[in-house]
Amino acid sequence: MLRYIIFAPLAGALINWLVGRRIRNEIFIGLVACGSVAVSTAFSFYLAFKPDGVLHSTAPVLDHLFTWISVGSFRADFGLAMDRLSAIYALFVTFVGLLIHIFAVGYMHGDSGYYRFFAYLNLFMFAMLTLVLADNFLLMFVGWEGVGLCSYLLIGYYLDRKEAAEAAKKAFIVNRVGDWGFVLGIMLVFFLTGSVSFFAKEEQGVASALQTIALMPAETFAWQNIFAGGITSLAVLLFIGAVGKSAQIPLYVWLPDAMAGPTPVSALIHAATMVTAGVYMIVRCGAIYTQAPTAMFIVAVIGASTALFAATIGLAQNDIKKVLAYSTISQLGYMFLACGVGAYIAAIFHVMTHAFFKALLFLGAGSVIHGTNHEQDLRRMGGLRKYMPVTFATMIAGWLAICGVPFFAGFFSKDEILWKVWSAHTEAITGDFGKVLWGIGALTALLTAVYMTRLMVMTFWGEERFEEVEAGRQADEAHAFDIGEKPHKPESATAGSRPHHEPDITAHKPHESPLVMTVPLVILAILSTAGGLVGVPYALSGGAIENYIEHALEPVVHPQTSSQEGGTTPQIQFLSPPPLEIDGAPAVGHTPAEAAAAETAHSPEEIYTERVLMAVSVALALIGIAVGFVVFRRRPLLRFPRLLEEKYYVDEVYDATIVRPIEASSREGLWKIFDLGVIDGLLHGIGRSIVQVGSVLRYLQIGFVRSYAAIILLGALAVIGYFAYVFVTSALLQ
Amino acid sequence: MTTKLFANGLFLLQDFPTELQISVDLSWYLSLSAILFTIGVVGVIIKRNAIAMFMCIELMLNSVNLTFISFSSFFRDVNGQLFVFIVMAVAAAEAAVGLGIIISIFRNRESIDVDDASVLRG
Repeated sequence: MLRYIIFAPLAGALINWLVGRRIRNEIFIGLVACGSVAVSTAFSFYLAFKPDGVLHSTAPVLDHLFTWISVGSFRADFGLAMDRLSAIYALFVTFVGLLIHIFAVGYMHGDSGYYRFFAYLNLFMFAMLTLVLADNFLLMFVGWEGVGLCSYLLIGYYLDRKEAAEAAKKAFIVNRVGDWGFVLGIMLVFFLTGSVSFFAKEEQGVASALQTIALMPAETFAWQNIFAGGITSLAVLLFIGAVGKSAQIPLYVWLPDAMAGPTPVSALIHAATMVTAGVYMIVRCGAIYTQAPTAMFIVAVIGASTALFAATIGLAQNDIKKVLAYSTISQLGYMFLACGVGAYIAAIFHVMTHAFFKALLFLGAGSVIHGTNHEQDLRRMGGLRKYMPVTFATMIAGWLAICGVPFFAGFFSKDEILWKVWSAHTEAITGDFGKVLWGIGALTALLTAVYMTRLMVMTFWGEERFEEVEAGRQADEAHAFDIGEKPHKPESATAGSRPHHEPDITAHKPHESPLVMTVPLVILAILSTAGGLVGVPYALSGGAIENYIEHALEPVVHPQTSSQEGGTTPQIQFLSPPPLEIDGAPAVGHTPAEAAAAETAHSPEEIYTERVLMAVSVALALIGIAVGFVVFRRRPLLRFPRLLEEKYYVDEVYDATIVRPIEASSREGLWKIFDLGVIDGLLHGIGRSIVQVGSVLRYLQIGFVRSYAAIILLGALAVIGYFAYVFVTSALLQ
Repeated sequence: MTTKLFANGLFLLQDFPTELQISVDLSWYLSLSAILFTIGVVGVIIKRNAIAMFMCIELMLNSVNLTFISFSSFFRDVNGQLFVFIVMAVAAAEAAVGLGIIISIFRNRESIDVDDASVLRG
């Protein structure tokens, strides 16, 4: 039954592409698109929540479609598997995806490529669900590439905008760099274990690569292990793939540019789903990472540094979507930081809550953009809360969630991560370094609160600046063009490359968005507020409210070594088929063994430390909000240092060091020397030589009688000479 | 050979006390023939006047005749002389036909310059 989850959106995409293109009826296209995702959502929920479903037993649901590749000892099936990890992903991907589809029905209204948009969006859902539900590395890579493709198609959706096309190319190419690492990782997995499957399937005779690795001896924390060709190399290669897909340092540069696509695309792909694929992959391969402390160290360091780095840049951006883009990069950094210290459950929890509040923030931004007639520059907004009350209220929920205000969703997940980082106790990350990482995370949390407050204040509070004619970047202009808004007169354009809105834009006052756009916002606001309650930590609730998500994921995710006391081998019970004593155990409720373990794992000192840290992060969040409110209410147009505003000139550096040399060598070397010189030269040379031979042979039929006579003479001489030669030599031989 | 010529010489010039002691080899006849043939060939290629070309062709044919005769005489084989008859007949016929063609061309073009007949040139 799992196959319907993936194939429903694919069918929707095909129907929209083939039929929707003909009939061009927005209602039909919207219904098909949202309906197919709704089917996926329904199936996911059913399979997860049914009485013997995935959330009630630790056995995964498998669906083997067909044997895709079987060559020698290499075997990759087109098989799907939903265990608790992929169930959680499938649930929020389909549900948030459904809400975004509904939102996009309203947002893209009037656009001429309506069918194309929804066809691509459905194709994206197909690819993402394939990624999440795949039961082996290769099929996951198919989904991985598919989401990259759909990202390209959707970022470049506005065909008439060069920047969208450039951004789409950039996204795909940078992603490809990551994919290089991923593919090498897949090859190495096969080389080390003989299998590329996550799960062991006896009927098909497939072993689980992850279990094989878990049974191999763990590697030590040593830098040369990265190049040793063992588990650490594998982990690092897979992480390179994750860095590309999930926009970490150094491959994050595509994500801010990807904001050139329509806002629902930014919400779905670049906030909630595609970028979390990297985290999914790392958690799925938790067995590999736990055996490779060097890799985990790298993951944690890159995660932490990306989080801080992106937060500083986000502080200085003026485009509402760019702020949210850098915020996404920063939050992804948190997730990788969590993975790096072994807190996989915390990472997944944050993925889930982040999907809720980031999708909310992006859709809210989309609503703001729609309501202000495609204004995206924060400096030209202000005081919008009286024009767009619903958007304002829902965005408050998202804002408080991302800042980590209790008891919104972000508070629980972010706090869980910070606590796990502080108390990290792995081979690579000892106590002191864990506290350094905590410090970076806490600083980032403060900055997050500041820049998100800045965004909210500049948009919704203060004086109304949208009537001023100031230079501002409007990346969504083609959207305006498409839906028949006023065209831009060339005389109002300045020396910059883009035309401006005309002064009489005040004729359009900002307005609230239609219901089809605000209802998803409300639903996401509810989820952002209450969604964190599935993961209330023991320290807060004292066991009264169960930490649902931790108990759900514990059997399927490799347990973190910090919960073990010194040196015991980790339990290998995270994959199918699970050991019989846990089979059939419900996710809800404790077995006596678990209850005993829970009590010993939560000692009073730990609870005390956790509560203190929680108080510190709440304080940081509130300080950040207060600072942001005070500073930006007074001076909304406060400018930040040029360095931050220009994103540390990273794009320019990449351009100068990588892009230009490649372009130059391609142009001078490959094109001029090889293509024009060698290949064209060869062809022209063949032509020329044939012409030269021809120019000699033309005398045969030139119409010049005397040359005929001469050629006859030459021919006769040749023949006679040959016979004379034969005669003489045979005469001499005798 | 020497004896024959000597006998002939004696028969014709009985008053002369001296004898001609020159021996004429076959190779002399053949070289003469070759030279004549070469001159004919070169003439065919170089000459622009069609009648001059024909004269050179006749020269070539006659040099071949000389070759046949000399072989026939020195090897006492009468087949050579028979072939000369055939060659002469062919040469005559060919000259007749060729001259007819030349006259026809001249009537059309007012010129028998061979280089002018280059309509088929590319």
